[in-house]
Amino acid sequence: MEVFVQQVINGLTLGAIYGLIAVGYTMVFGIIGMVNFAHGDIFMVGGFTALILFLLVTGALGFGAGAVALALLVCLILGMALTGLWNWAIEKVAYRPLRGSFRLAPLISAIGMSIVLVNFVQVAQGARNKPVPPMLRDGIKLMEKDGFVVTLAYKQIVIFVVTALLLGIFWYVVQKTPLGRAQRACEQDGKMASLLGIDVDRTVSITFVIGAALAAVAGVMYLIYYGVISFSDGFVPGVKAFTAAVLGGIGSLPGAVLGGLIIGMVETLWSAYFSIDYKDVAAFMLLAVTLIFLPQGLLGKPEVEKV
Amino acid sequence: MAGVVDPDKEKSLTDILRDAVMATAVAFGMFVLLIGLKTDQSQANSIELSARPGLLGSILLAVFIGTVLIGIIRQQAAKRPAKPANAPPHPLVAALSPYLAPFLIGFVFLFPIIAIQLAGWQGALKWIDNFGIQILIYIMLGWGLNVVVGLAGLLDLGYVAFYAVGAYSYALLATKYGLSFWILLPIAGILAAFWGIILGFPVLRLRGDYLAVVTLAFGEIIRLVLINWVDFSNGYAGISGIPRPTFFGIPFNASDTGFAAVFGLEFTPVYRTIFLFYLILVLSLITAYVTVRLRRLPIGRAWEALREDEIACRALGINTVTTKLTAFAIGAMFGGFAGSFFAARQGFISPESFTFIESAQILAIVVLGGLGSLYGVVIASVAIVGGFEILRELDFLKQVFGKDFDPAQYRALIFGLSMVLIMLWKPRGLVSTREPSVFLKERKAVSGSLVKEGHG
Repeated sequence: MEVFVQQVINGLTLGAIYGLIAVGYTMVFGIIGMVNFAHGDIFMVGGFTALILFLLVTGALGFGAGAVALALLVCLILGMALTGLWNWAIEKVAYRPLRGSFRLAPLISAIGMSIVLVNFVQVAQGARNKPVPPMLRDGIKLMEKDGFVVTLAYKQIVIFVVTALLLGIFWYVVQKTPLGRAQRACEQDGKMASLLGIDVDRTVSITFVIGAALAAVAGVMYLIYYGVISFSDGFVPGVKAFTAAVLGGIGSLPGAVLGGLIIGMVETLWSAYFSIDYKDVAAFMLLAVTLIFLPQGLLGKPEVEKV
Repeated sequence: MAGVVDPDKEKSLTDILRDAVMATAVAFGMFVLLIGLKTDQSQANSIELSARPGLLGSILLAVFIGTVLIGIIRQQAAKRPAKPANAPPHPLVAALSPYLAPFLIGFVFLFPIIAIQLAGWQGALKWIDNFGIQILIYIMLGWGLNVVVGLAGLLDLGYVAFYAVGAYSYALLATKYGLSFWILLPIAGILAAFWGIILGFPVLRLRGDYLAVVTLAFGEIIRLVLINWVDFSNGYAGISGIPRPTFFGIPFNASDTGFAAVFGLEFTPVYRTIFLFYLILVLSLITAYVTVRLRRLPIGRAWEALREDEIACRALGINTVTTKLTAFAIGAMFGGFAGSFFAARQGFISPESFTFIESAQILAIVVLGGLGSLYGVVIASVAIVGGFEILRELDFLKQVFGKDFDPAQYRALIFGLSMVLIMLWKPRGLVSTREPSVFLKERKAVSGSLVKEGHG
């Protein structure tokens, strides 16, 4: 029981990270109907940006509690801005000219961009794992039995709080602001939206920026949680977050978060009770099974085939 | 980068400069941390930062100059009258095109002899092995995947799984049961085709991007199983000591019954390489021949119809289940042949050879070459695989950029960039016109942009 509770806590933490990435997939798919293959690598770029910012701030101010808190805040804000800038530029250069072109072209371009991002970071920052000094080490003891202590680590609390807060802000933006209305309008019918005076290009750009900003938050959280990042860390979380987006129902924002939490839980529980070697296989199988038996996902609308 | 894609025709020089300044500002934001600072492991295994202002400055300068140049080129290009989309080819091209295939095949058949004449026995080894065989493997894989993606329009990102099935079938059966290459080649193909059906069956209902991601997941599952199921596949360590193919029973070694002794020649390892070269050449030509013939059969027509419009296909009574499954199976079978050849040529295989990047590379060859075009695959393979090999040879760049400069490090980066650039330049690939498979009285070239495809 105690082990199970601990696994659920760990799974939800991981799930929060996947959920943040999944929102980017689902938003982009909703608005332009494209799987942004490079999104997982945008998450990795966000993680590297956070790493460098964290080292810059703690290098200047030392490693006290206040300095770490300030460093994390800088990582979040500047990291979101810079990663958003990356995705903005990528969308503008590699995807926008191909919108409305041959259907496979944006996907191939995105795969190329994914390869570019991975190898750019590898060449620019080296191939080795990049550790950060451990931070937020302790936690709250929730229960104890037979020497097994269930802890809720402070870093897990930080991850839950920040994720919930940002998803709340994001939810408000999409539901209540003119920007969110424009976004939902473009999602339903891009041509009609543009006839009604909505700048579709700008809306799509902002969607990419928001998606990247949330992926950057996931990058910061990943860095806090695992304390290490490498250039190749974007691929597998990217595929898992895509699985989360599909599982929740692609195009549905709450679905993406729900899917992320489920994937996180499945992964940790599978590692704990079955086999840690096959945890990625479990996540990939879940993707295949979902697409085959529940293609519209848990909260998505069924796709109507139009002729 | 901001101004790169603006299609404005009437741009003044100030506009171009303003765009370039914007692009440089954006590039500064993107690169200031990731290029401007370098993370290095210190002695205590913590990370230290060091600044690289010179590198950052030169890259920003390159971005600025590049954007200005692109702006000027685009402005000039916009002033010229546009070419009609469906222009007839140049008369010289039209006159020479029927001779292209025989000429190319003849050249490739003579390639080892030309290489030996020009570079000598030892020098030719590198050319035949690194360039010839390597490129031909990718041509074969490209032609195999072309059946699935180019003809049937099913976007497969996990093709390397079938390559792996072929390679492991040969490696395991040959090392455990001592069966010969010639028996195992068809068996590997059949096993791969079988896996094509198994993996194809669940994804019948999926289309386009979804199909791509699920096939990617399947490819990764097969690789992860090969890594983790150590009893079966020996995990990361891979399988070594795989028997090499024989010349119909005569081995290529220095013994008295070896190839050289039997034919009264002096022993040299080049014979085996030349034999492997012709082997993969014949295998690829079989792939191309079968593809060309299949396109004329009802099943090939059904594939192309499926690619164009699945709903219309079903309305016309084409069985989409068997059509899709045969495409998966036949594509996978050629992947399996190529895989068993790969295992036999290397003598060693491990899961490292079957990563996603390999699938992406094969898909890139098919798509960049132009979907459905056999010539396109050849051009793209020569450019991509040959380009990689040439990149390895560019030692003189070390004198320009310093001793630590390793051009091979940049190959994947260049590969990714060229994928994006070719898509921007020609979204339908390099050879975007293709011969119609059915025509009335005269053959007219079909411009790729007139054809709707890839709806998987």
